[in-house]
Amino acid sequence: MRLMIFFAVAFASVSAVAIASSPRQAILDDYAKQANTTSFSPERGRAFFEAPHTGGKPATPSCTTCHGKDPRQTGRTRAGKVIDPMPVSVNSKRFTDPKFVEKWFTRNCDTVLGRSCTAAEKGDFIAYLSSL
Amino acid sequence: MRIPLSRRIALFTGVPLALAGLMLATGLMPRSQVKAESNYENEGGGEGQSFPPNSGNIVQKECSACHMAYPAGFLPARSWEAIMAGLKDHFGENATLDEATAKSITDFLTANAADADGRYSRVLRGLGPDDVPLRISETPWWKRRHEGEVRPSAFNDPRVGSKANCVACHRDADQGYYEDD
Repeated sequence: MRLMIFFAVAFASVSAVAIASSPRQAILDDYAKQANTTSFSPERGRAFFEAPHTGGKPATPSCTTCHGKDPRQTGRTRAGKVIDPMPVSVNSKRFTDPKFVEKWFTRNCDTVLGRSCTAAEKGDFIAYLSSL
Repeated sequence: MRIPLSRRIALFTGVPLALAGLMLATGLMPRSQVKAESNYENEGGGEGQSFPPNSGNIVQKECSACHMAYPAGFLPARSWEAIMAGLKDHFGENATLDEATAKSITDFLTANAADADGRYSRVLRGLGPDDVPLRISETPWWKRRHEGEVRPSAFNDPRVGSKANCVACHRDADQGYYEDD
């Protein structure tokens, strides 16, 4: 019996490590909880990424202004600096650091939309860039 | 049915111990240097590293996300203070940072500014005491060095993009070298 419990505890620990080792999923789970949803839509994320928005700063009406129409390619900041491609398939580190992710959503949603993005928009955005 | 005490101890102390180790390691990390290890006497010294970059610190990391991390010595302290106070609209973009990071960066930039420690840099020539340039390219010094030498249309070339893109022409600007024109 003791042995069984030991293995149960060991298994639970390994599972916890496995979950913790997918920080992107943790970020998505957090947004899902905030948005009160169970799934995100890559299609909605794509539409959001490509759409011209209003309400933001005039020089940056869309995500594509700097990131480019095809996020698999490099983008360019208004100051001329190269932006690394966005998809998870190109850069596996994308959307794994919650502080980094929130920092850039905070900045860029204000710059492009003039407001914060909703948790649903953030989740769809990550879903889109995880689907390419 | 009971988990042996030794295993429980191992289980419940393992995680906190690992966390403590991590915090200790973080605490032991060297603080970003406030004063740049630079030799300003070399400033404008022909072939030399005329304006040292803010290498290896938080300024370099954060400020180079969208543009070259311009050397602190390109603007007076009052300009850096104004720029850092206005990150919510940083030349048309939101570039806000958490408070602690913003403070470290402001401290570094002002401590190494063109007029730090009462220093007088040629960068300040033509600048009134109340002038607070927010763009390096607005300083009389920058204009003197570029006007007449660079066609205004060159800055609109797609390969350049804007006056903010020093490295388009000064290939080693991010290493501190500008005297290559």
